[in-house]
Amino acid sequence: MLAAEAELKSLMVAGLAGEKAAYRVLLTALGDVLRRYYSRRVGRDDAEDLVQDALIAIHTRRATYDQGQPFTPWLFAIARYKLLDFLRRKRVRVTVALDEADEIFAEDDSEAAMARRDLETLLSTLPEPTQALIRQVKIEGHSMQEAADKAGRSEVAVRVGIHRGLKTLSDRLRGKELP
Amino acid sequence: MKTDELIENLSETLEPVPRHWVLRQLLEGVGAGALVSFLILWVSMGFRPDLATAIHTSAYWMKFFYTLALALLGFWATERLARPSSKAGWAFLGIALVIFALTVLSGMQLMHAPAAARMPMIMGHSSRVCPWLIIGLSVPIFAGTFWSLQKLAPTRTVLAGTVAGFASGALGAWIYAFRCDETTAPFLLIFFTLGMAVVGLAGGLVARRVLRW
Repeated sequence: MLAAEAELKSLMVAGLAGEKAAYRVLLTALGDVLRRYYSRRVGRDDAEDLVQDALIAIHTRRATYDQGQPFTPWLFAIARYKLLDFLRRKRVRVTVALDEADEIFAEDDSEAAMARRDLETLLSTLPEPTQALIRQVKIEGHSMQEAADKAGRSEVAVRVGIHRGLKTLSDRLRGKELP
Repeated sequence: MKTDELIENLSETLEPVPRHWVLRQLLEGVGAGALVSFLILWVSMGFRPDLATAIHTSAYWMKFFYTLALALLGFWATERLARPSSKAGWAFLGIALVIFALTVLSGMQLMHAPAAARMPMIMGHSSRVCPWLIIGLSVPIFAGTFWSLQKLAPTRTVLAGTVAGFASGALGAWIYAFRCDETTAPFLLIFFTLGMAVVGLAGGLVARRVLRW
C-alpha cells in the first residue's frame, strides 16, 4: 500500500502539472481502486456509476489536493463523500415516494412552468447536440444509453457531454471556475 | 468498458492547475465580500469620529488584533477544511488560544475595577446593536466565502460551513471595529465574539444545502 501511495502521488503531481499521459495512468489505476472500494459497499451497477461519479469529482476538484499531504487519504475522502451522497440520495428518493407523494401531486405548477422557461433560455446558450442530450436525459428522463443510441455516440461520450454541459451552465450561473 | 472512455475523455482535456489555486479562490470571494462590507460601513455609519486619537490607545489595537487574528485563523482553517481529508487542528488551537487570552485579560480588567463599575464595563453603551451590526457587516463576506467554497471540496460539510461562517463573522467584526468605540476587554470578548458565533452558526446551518458537490 505504501508503494501504491508513492506511485499514485507522483502521478497525481504530474497530472496537476498538466501531463496527460501520467494522468490517464492515474485515473485508470484509481478506477480499479474505486471499483474495489464501491463493489464491497453497494450493488454492481451502482458501483460502476459511483466509480464514474468519483472519477469526475476527482477530476473537477483535483486542485484541492495539497501536494504536501499524502494522496490516498484525499482519494478516499472523496470516495467516501460520494458514497454517503449516493446513500442519502437513495434514501431521499424512497422517502419522497412514500411520505410526500400527496404534497407533490397537490403542488401548484405555475412556478414549475416559470422555472422551465428559465431553463430553456439557459439551455439555448449551449451547443445544439449538448442541449439535446441534457433535454433527453435530465428533463425527459431517458437513460444515458437511449440518448447515446439516438445520437449515435457512446454512452460515456454522452455522460461526459452532459457533465460538461451542466458544468458550463452552472459556471454561467455563478461565474467562472476551473476547466 | 465505459469507464475507460470517461478516463480517456477527462485526460484528453486535462489542463494544468495554477499554484495555490484553493487559496486564490478563497481570497477572491472573501476579498470581494470584505470590500463590499467596508464600503457599506463607510457609507452608512462611517468610521468612529475619534479614530485619529483612538489609534494611540491599546484598547483600539486590542480590538483590531483580536478580530484580525480570529479572521486569519478562521480562514486558514477554512482553507484546510475546503480540501478532502485535511485537518485544521492548529488553526483551531490558535482560535482557542486567542479567545482564552482575551478571557484572561477581561478577568484582570474586571478584578481591578471597583464592583460598581463592572457591569457598565461589560455592557458598554452599544451592546444592543454591536452583535447585530457585526452580523450585518458579515453578510457580504459570508456570501463571498461560500461562493468560493462551492468551487472547492469540503467533505466535512457542516464543520467547514461553521468555520467559514465564524471567519466571515470575525472579518466583519474587524471592519466594524473601525466604527466601534467601546474600550473594554469584557465587552469585546462577549459581544464581538457573540456576533461571530451567530454567523458561524448560520454557516453550519446552510452548509449542507449550499456546499454539496
